[in-house]
Amino acid sequence: MTNKTEPETNRSAWSGPSRLRSAQGAVTALVLFGCALITIVTTFLILGVLGGETISFFRVSKIGLIEFFSGTEIDFKSARPRFGLPPLIWGTFVIAVGASLVALPIGLLSAIFLSEYAPERLRRVLKPTLELLAGIPTIVYGYLALTVITPWLQSVLAPLGIRVEQFNAFSGCVVVGIMIVPLVSSLSEDVLSAAPRSLREAGYALGATKFEVATRIVLPASFSGVAASFILAISRAIGETMAVVLAAGSLAQIKLNPFTSIETMTAYIVAVTNGEASYGSPEYLSLFAVGITLFFMTLCLNMLSGAVIRRYREATP
Amino acid sequence: MIPKPTVGGDAETTPRTQAQSSPTGDVASSKTSPAGDPAESIAPPRSTDAVLETHNLSVYYTNLLALREITIAIPRNRITALIGPSGCGKSTLLRCFNRMNDLIPGARSEGHLWFEGVDIAASSTDPVTLRRRIGMVFQRPNPFPKTIYQNVAWGARINGYQGDMDELVERSLRRAALWDEVKGKLRKSGLELSGGQQQRLCIARTLAVEPEVILMDEPCSALDPVSTARVEDLMDDLKDEYTIVIVTHNMQQARRVSDMTACLMPDEASADGHRTGVLAEFSPTDRLFTNPKDPRTEAYITGRIG
Ligand SMILES: Nc1ncnc2c1ncn2[C@@H]1O[C@H](COP(=O)(O)OP(=O)(O)OP(=O)(O)O)[C@@H](O)[C@H]1O
Ligand SMILES: [Mg+2]
Repeated sequence: MTNKTEPETNRSAWSGPSRLRSAQGAVTALVLFGCALITIVTTFLILGVLGGETISFFRVSKIGLIEFFSGTEIDFKSARPRFGLPPLIWGTFVIAVGASLVALPIGLLSAIFLSEYAPERLRRVLKPTLELLAGIPTIVYGYLALTVITPWLQSVLAPLGIRVEQFNAFSGCVVVGIMIVPLVSSLSEDVLSAAPRSLREAGYALGATKFEVATRIVLPASFSGVAASFILAISRAIGETMAVVLAAGSLAQIKLNPFTSIETMTAYIVAVTNGEASYGSPEYLSLFAVGITLFFMTLCLNMLSGAVIRRYREATP
Repeated sequence: MIPKPTVGGDAETTPRTQAQSSPTGDVASSKTSPAGDPAESIAPPRSTDAVLETHNLSVYYTNLLALREITIAIPRNRITALIGPSGCGKSTLLRCFNRMNDLIPGARSEGHLWFEGVDIAASSTDPVTLRRRIGMVFQRPNPFPKTIYQNVAWGARINGYQGDMDELVERSLRRAALWDEVKGKLRKSGLELSGGQQQRLCIARTLAVEPEVILMDEPCSALDPVSTARVEDLMDDLKDEYTIVIVTHNMQQARRVSDMTACLMPDEASADGHRTGVLAEFSPTDRLFTNPKDPRTEAYITGRIG
């Protein structure tokens, strides 16, 4: 009977991979685990260094938490050092919001244009061109602000009696905005064009126009991806340094006038690093306090994007 | 029930883009072989009882001829089935009727195509308005990632429906035989329904727009026998008010539900193996299945091709 022999052949066929292959599997798992471990350990080391130095900052400078979070002055020259985070947070906030105002609409609209309207040939040319913008060194953007945008702003606004400082928040927002447009457009275009064709066809079959299909079917269906691209772009704006220093300067102050200088957290870090703060001095240590704040801000943004995506996934399985 | 616009009279009054030459004989229906006098360029719709008519319609995908010289007249308030082996162009023909092929780069058609006497393919015909009047249900259920309520309301809303939306949603879901199953969870995502329920949701969504014609591309291919039976019952109910064209691979289904059946067949393969679809036979369903005139049809329905 053949029936009897079959279980035997089956057993040998299913008895698992050879010893060499299980060894390969074990090694692979180990290497992958090692890589993951390195990332985690690095993160914690950075956090540890930042945390430790931040604590010594508060100890050495004798600046209290209340002053740190509510002061509006930064001065390490006088006998009693003064340091308040709000001007730096304000500067970062202005750049993040201003750049978003520029980049999110332009980026999203060009993503919609690329994925829904542009003919295939045009799209194949336009998309890499836009992505090219992301490859330009950020310092070039800073230069663009300093030598083109700001002079232009000055000549346009001077007749209206508006004075535009050489370093101003407005130019900073514009260049950082332009800089992060490709991030938004490229990532959003990817998610928009990944929306299934069957969904679009369903819309068209009900008598929808192209615009209705794009804005009322494709966009909501790709919401989580689009939101993720927004948050990524905002994180990038917050982290941007060189373009901001060149465009918006580094003058820590809270002013509503967008044509005056500001200082972002990253610009502050650059300024202190380039300055003559000696090792272990309060000014030097303040770098770490600002650094850890920046760390938590981006961490929050990342968690926010995670939450947005998860919440949306739950709503539409 | 919202009174549907009477469309019967339209055919006479609508200006035709084509010359109104005298009716050219029996070109529009019931021919056993593809009508084919290429010299004859224009054939105005012959009867006002045909909602959709084609004359010598050929469809290309880039350089590939998918359908050749299809001449067919879809009768009003009847169910017309399109059958034929896979790849013979049933979906292609269906998608010509609501100009869905416009969305496929490289797709183009030659010949004539009328809806209520209006040239469908003319550039002056707005595909958006056309699709509002000719609804479509797809082979695979494709509800929007929105709530059940929004799925039904969406099409009506973009078409500027002014009436009571709750009432429209309920009525459409009832007609699609889905209301009892979903009435308690209208705010749940349409994607949480089973495949068969999703397909009925898609039908409800199409009904909510109140079209005149419903094109169905294998609407039951993803459904179990119970859901299939429901959809078939539903089609029978809808027949009084709508004209339905259904593509099906299921011969029994074609026999059960349709009044007329068109059998499309691939012609002889070309050198590269591509086959072009032609209309083998278009007859009343009873006759086509009991006494097919075309040998290819007979071979297909008896299971010898396909
Ligand atoms: N988007 C497209 N691009 C190019 N060729 C296509 C396209 N869609 C269909 N075709 C071709 O047109 C022919 C007819 O296809 P169609 O989908 O109309 O067949 P069908 O009869 O509906 O088949 P099935 O029963 O499998 O659904 C096939 O040869 C197919 O390869
Ligand atoms: Mg098909």
